[in-house]
Amino acid sequence: MSNMMNIWKAKKIKRSVRQIRAEKIFRTSLVLISLSILVIVITFLLTLIIQSLPSIKALGFGFLIGKTWDPVHNIYGTYPFLLGTLLTSFLALIISIPFSFVTAIFLGEYYPRGWFSDFLKNAIELIAAVPSVIYGFWGLFVLVPIVRSLELKIGVTPYGIGIFSASLILTIMIIPYAASLGREMVRMVPSSLKEAAYSLGATRYEVIRDVILPYSRSGLFAGVLLSLGRALGETMAVTMVIGNTSVIPKNIFAPGNTMASVIANEFTEAASSLYLSALIEIGLVLFLVTVIINLVGKRIIKRFTTE
Amino acid sequence: MKLKSKIKSIFFAVSALAVLGTVTTGCNSDSSNKSASSDSTASSSSGSADKTLLGAGSTFVYPLFSKQFDEYNKLTGLKINYQAIGSGGGILQLTNKTVDFGDSDAPLTEEQAQKMGVSVLHIPMCSGAVVMSYNLPEVKDTLKLTPDVIANIYLGNITKWNDPKIAAINPGVKLPATAVLVAHRSDGSGTTNIFTDYLSKVNAEWSTKVGKGTSVNWPTGLGGKGNPGVSGIIKQTPGGIGYIELAYAIQNNFPYAKVQNKSGNYIVPNIASTSASSNVQLPADSKIFIGNTAAPDGYPISGFTWALIYQEQNYNNRSEDRAKDLLKLFSWEIHDGQQYCKDLDYAPLSPAAVTVAENILKSATYNGKAILQ
Repeated sequence: MSNMMNIWKAKKIKRSVRQIRAEKIFRTSLVLISLSILVIVITFLLTLIIQSLPSIKALGFGFLIGKTWDPVHNIYGTYPFLLGTLLTSFLALIISIPFSFVTAIFLGEYYPRGWFSDFLKNAIELIAAVPSVIYGFWGLFVLVPIVRSLELKIGVTPYGIGIFSASLILTIMIIPYAASLGREMVRMVPSSLKEAAYSLGATRYEVIRDVILPYSRSGLFAGVLLSLGRALGETMAVTMVIGNTSVIPKNIFAPGNTMASVIANEFTEAASSLYLSALIEIGLVLFLVTVIINLVGKRIIKRFTTE
Repeated sequence: MKLKSKIKSIFFAVSALAVLGTVTTGCNSDSSNKSASSDSTASSSSGSADKTLLGAGSTFVYPLFSKQFDEYNKLTGLKINYQAIGSGGGILQLTNKTVDFGDSDAPLTEEQAQKMGVSVLHIPMCSGAVVMSYNLPEVKDTLKLTPDVIANIYLGNITKWNDPKIAAINPGVKLPATAVLVAHRSDGSGTTNIFTDYLSKVNAEWSTKVGKGTSVNWPTGLGGKGNPGVSGIIKQTPGGIGYIELAYAIQNNFPYAKVQNKSGNYIVPNIASTSASSNVQLPADSKIFIGNTAAPDGYPISGFTWALIYQEQNYNNRSEDRAKDLLKLFSWEIHDGQQYCKDLDYAPLSPAAVTVAENILKSATYNGKAILQ
């Protein structure tokens, strides 16, 4: 009898030893995989910095404020592209905010479930799933002629393609990010709060304005920031409709260029090493711009949530 | 509190992804270049055992090469793997000795040649033309253009289609007062190189102000990505003008102008006139932009694409057989292989160019001895 007990005990110990070992392996693999992501990001940054060293040495700070991009004479100034990137992204953001907020409130508060809500939700998610080159083509063949006729009416040079067209395309592409996140946030507002407001005689509009929006604004803002990140890095669709000229745009209807599209356009045929290095430095600048915007966003969200 | 932490975690997870995504977009061409070259290092060392030649470079020549290599494979059983990654990439891969040959739409620059360290042969493969396509619905006749007019349009000096300079060379054509909208390539390209080299030759102001290259600082106009991008701009805008590859213009039925050549003749760009443009006295190494040709029947805006190989073929423990295979392939391409040019709208080499190419191939060596007799 005691023999049996001993065997049983030994088995139990064995099993727990095995379990502990499995637990350890699992934890180690988790740590390793998370660390590898960190390593990848750092390697990215290091590669960018090392490869752009020749250009940083040769051009210095003039790279950021230079207004001429002339590969033939080895003059590289990224200011017009930096401006183009920020202009298209923020313009797209401003146009997209009403759409994404309204969608978020509509789907989160008015129709949180039902076939219509599902349909609309899926349609919005589909917008995010379409490859960007398709937006580029659609923009070039459908949107650009419309913008051109608009430009004819208001009396600016009717290029059709330019900063404005690029921003419109970007607007469509980034709406899903802010809308989806916003919808989740609006749905997460506790019903006790809303019911309390209703019981005090608030109308639905007043509940949205005074309860839902203040409660979910950090989430809504996070969604906006997320779509901004998307807009900053978008390449293909923008390249096809922005006009790709290396001059500083005179107004929002003028053609321009963005950092991402310059890299995509010129990388394959960049012949001299300084030229190549300058293109990689654009990548570095783009990386830093994204990081800065994310950090600032983080601060703003923090302030909102601790209020 | 729970909500806040959830918001935070969602936001940071996704924003980290967004940052990563942005950076990947910026750099993937670089990393893919790197990985591609390391891949082919591996396959090139093992490739000496099996019979597969590796090449990389110009996208312009890719359709012709695929056809030629396919036919050559049927004839000899030799496999050739060509990656159309762009001239710059092809040169880089040849510099790293990871391919047997490169292909470029421009001769090596001094800096590139210096990086190679040893002598590299340029073998002309075929020539291509760049045509001036335009969109003037009112004009039924084929427009005539002079080098001076083209340069002034691209410098932004001519802004209306009824400019006296255009009217003077197109008597009897009723030109509209439409604004000229200039289109150019936004991506770095051999087509741009041929076009800007031509403008630099014919116009002093262009030469000093803008210069020539795969990408230049355009004084005016809109950039479109690739031939489809440029032709898209032209097609959509009445008054548009742009430069595109001849093959692309033929295949898509775009109107294009006759251009006056050095001898004063207005030449319709087509395969015959493009071939004719290289039928002149060529330098022995063939490293010349043939734009603004002296041939009286030659179309002036044209250029070669060159296969690039090391003159001394014994490097990286390459076998003599492999070197022989490579040289035989090119010898076939400049002779029998030329018959496939016309169907694909490439201009075959002129007799003068074939002779030069033959001599270049004969100068290739293995351990200092000529490979082809």
